[in-house]
Amino acid sequence: MSNCGLYVHIPFCRSRCAYCDFYSQTDFSLAPDWLEALKGEARLYKDRFGPFDSLYLGGGTPTALTAFHLKNLVDFLFKGFCFKEDLEFTIEANPDDLSQDYVAFLKDLGVNRVSVGVQSLEDKELAFLRRRHSASRAVKAFDRLRKTGFESLSADLIYALPGQTLKTWFRTLHRALSLQLDHLSCYQLTLEKHSPLGAMLSRGEIKKAGIEQERRFFLATSSLLEQEGYHHYEVSNFARQGRVCRHNLKYWDGSPYLGLGPAAHSFDGSTRWWNTRSIHRYLRRLSAGRSPITGKETLSEEDRSMESLLLGFRTSLGISMNMIKNFDYLETLLKQLQESGLVILRQGSVVPTREGFLHADGLPLLFS
Amino acid sequence: MPDIRNFSIIAHIDHGKSTLADRFIQYTGLVTDRQFRDQILDSMDLERERGITIKSHTITLPYTDKAGKPHALNLIDTPGHVDFSYEVSRALASCEGVLLLVDASQGVQAQTLSNLFMAMEHDLTIIPVINKIDLPSADLPMVKGQLDSELGLDPDTAILCSAKEGTGIEEILEAIVARIPEPAQNIENPLKALIFDACYDPFRGVIVSCRLFDGKVKAGDVIRFMSHGKTYRVEEVGLFRLTREPAKELSAGEVGYLIAGVKTVSDTRIGDTITLDTHTAVQALPGFKEVKPVVFSSLYPISSEDYESLVVALEKYRLNDAALVYQKDSSAALGQGFRCGFLGLLHLEIVQERLEREYDLSFIMTVPSVQYQFTQSDGKALTVDNPQYYPDPATILTSAEPFIRATIFTPERYLGAVMKLCMERRGVNARFNSPAPGRLEVIYDMPLAEVIVDFHDKLKSITQGYGSFDYELTGHREGNLVKLDFLVNGEKVDALSLIVHSDRARQWAVQVCDRLKDEIPRHQFKIAIQGAIGGKIIARSTVSAFRKDVTAKCYGGDITRKRKLLEKQKKGKKRMKMVGSVQIPQGAFVAVLKADYE
Repeated sequence: MSNCGLYVHIPFCRSRCAYCDFYSQTDFSLAPDWLEALKGEARLYKDRFGPFDSLYLGGGTPTALTAFHLKNLVDFLFKGFCFKEDLEFTIEANPDDLSQDYVAFLKDLGVNRVSVGVQSLEDKELAFLRRRHSASRAVKAFDRLRKTGFESLSADLIYALPGQTLKTWFRTLHRALSLQLDHLSCYQLTLEKHSPLGAMLSRGEIKKAGIEQERRFFLATSSLLEQEGYHHYEVSNFARQGRVCRHNLKYWDGSPYLGLGPAAHSFDGSTRWWNTRSIHRYLRRLSAGRSPITGKETLSEEDRSMESLLLGFRTSLGISMNMIKNFDYLETLLKQLQESGLVILRQGSVVPTREGFLHADGLPLLFS
Repeated sequence: MPDIRNFSIIAHIDHGKSTLADRFIQYTGLVTDRQFRDQILDSMDLERERGITIKSHTITLPYTDKAGKPHALNLIDTPGHVDFSYEVSRALASCEGVLLLVDASQGVQAQTLSNLFMAMEHDLTIIPVINKIDLPSADLPMVKGQLDSELGLDPDTAILCSAKEGTGIEEILEAIVARIPEPAQNIENPLKALIFDACYDPFRGVIVSCRLFDGKVKAGDVIRFMSHGKTYRVEEVGLFRLTREPAKELSAGEVGYLIAGVKTVSDTRIGDTITLDTHTAVQALPGFKEVKPVVFSSLYPISSEDYESLVVALEKYRLNDAALVYQKDSSAALGQGFRCGFLGLLHLEIVQERLEREYDLSFIMTVPSVQYQFTQSDGKALTVDNPQYYPDPATILTSAEPFIRATIFTPERYLGAVMKLCMERRGVNARFNSPAPGRLEVIYDMPLAEVIVDFHDKLKSITQGYGSFDYELTGHREGNLVKLDFLVNGEKVDALSLIVHSDRARQWAVQVCDRLKDEIPRHQFKIAIQGAIGGKIIARSTVSAFRKDVTAKCYGGDITRKRKLLEKQKKGKKRMKMVGSVQIPQGAFVAVLKADYE
């Protein structure tokens, strides 16, 4: 199996951010057990996956792990699995963790892409989001990364915060642009029900941004970043020429990936399965020699075509016309969507426009 | 042999006909109290729920009068709606007398009156019964006054009762025996039996309900239906008790049933005369008419896979309801379906509900139409009940639509509202009668097309339930009739097309455009809805597009959830009809029927 990606979920965080609904552990004493369990899980897949051309350490906060544990993990993976020469090796990082030593350590480890959870470059907004770093810390972190020789750098940003104006959001964006990163992920804030912000919303303490505001932010962001030479290649992702995230693209183009750790999802091209979300259950099961898998599905022909539609409309690759089943009003529909400026036809594919991305969840239904 | 009395009950909806019938059944001991349930004759759920009688149920009540003389009282039930007035007339033709049941608080209503006049035409004995005297709102002087002045009946002959509480029942039964004449019994003449009802039994075929006027009939006889001359061998004759009770023979004066291997109800025409093949009557009983549908609508299955089930359901349904006629129809928007003809709007609603309930079908019904007449420049006359066949406007010389004489009873205080409604519906030539103080009979000449959608409900609402309505067809009148089409994003939805009078076209167009706007869900693109006559757009509305429908993240863990959500939405989409690239929900086709002229 080629073009495989390997994802490892590191379920630890030093603190919980306001927008997060993920059950992650702040108790680092579980780290050694988790590492052992993960190794146990990895062994189950040893000969079934690989060689990998992407490795993605995500979380949680991977950089919250000590250098010792992280090295232990990566050494194990490199020894146990087969990787390709030109591996894309990404780690998600919190600016607070990126001391000079840690950055140097990451470099030694073989990491060649760092995705930094910046979220905002306004201290007020960072406090609202309950991030533990400041804006200047984030800027400094990039400085260190750059000086240490990291070329492929990305920042995660969140926008459409309650009360945020386009002006403050653009201030963040412009600062991010000045960092000369080759990749940006700009996520519109989702107020998850079980996050601290979700609770504030239901208590009426904050107000969700309106749909028109969300649209404006989205369109303005896309337009600004494309002007600055970034390609809007997925609903929330922007990259400079040749710098799209190889690993994330696998989720969207149907490539296989193996996910290790609690809550991780795997896909071998026809079957998808996922692990328990709870770290405790994950540890218990693996220590008892049982599988951490809690769900599994084998995709039917119909499932796959539905997925290729739902994923295709989220990326600038679009959907190849020969993936679309013919139906009697297809031509009318395509004409309608083109006239409405939602898609264009390019090289035998239906490709969503910027406006089309705003309807990525609705478009698949029209074709199924 | 017991003395026979044949009678019917004339009553307005809700005036307590079924409850009174219940009391008769209990009083005469036909069922024990334990077996009894309310409205025992209304066997269909639909009848109980709507409180109307759809299919009549005849019953023979054994009654021994105070003097100790046994009687067989044949209660010939009648359907209680204007759509079925022909059936009512045949039932009344089978009787010698009627009970005129009037609600003590509501008084005489339009339908009561038209049925009463029918009874008078048949020269039947009329026994006025004032029901619901237990109600606090009962107004006996008012009702008695109406009997006297509106109906010309002697109010002193009225019997007071409360069917609910069971008071006055014996008095009524005594009055039936005493006042209604015994039927003539010309047993020696050739058989003449009047068919007043028929129903289908899956095991026995058609069960014919009839009243014998002359002669007699028994199992083994060969009978002939005089309207079409077909002959059948009688398998069984009998009387109606709670269930059918076979008898040796039926003879003149009696009411009963006859089973003769008739396969479909449509072969038994209500009002037809049955005679013996060997000993034939010279002349059929008077009054036979072929019933013809006056309201037409098309039925389409929601999913084309259900077409076969619709075919089967209609075939089965028609076994029992000869008044329903249908033929194949097809629509570009809705696919294969059927054009159906109905006796009236209530008949249409009943067919619709029964098909849905009894056959578990979901289908779309188009806006009902009446039968229009056109003459074309080449001299040809054309009758059109389906907008699809509206002729080329350039060839139309004259066009005409069916008119009715609408009779409305209303308390005087609602006169303004009633007149306004009638005029909005193009009513002309208003006439007023004031049969009693405070009450008015309002008569209008009106196009039938204007009352088949929503008129009755509207009348009820503007008169707070007091207004009642009856009509009779009076023939066609000329008018400028146009075909109104609706387009969704430029594509004509043929199933929504209507033939309307040009005066009303804009109003219809605006209203349907608005309705569709509310019913068609938002899409990813703007949807233009237009109403047009020929190429000319006369109304429009727009369904605005979704503004945003996307979630920020979609990584490994989100894909399955998103796909499942889409699958769920896709199921919902199956219940939609595609017009071009627009999904139109079934509800949109129904909503345009619910006209509302504010």
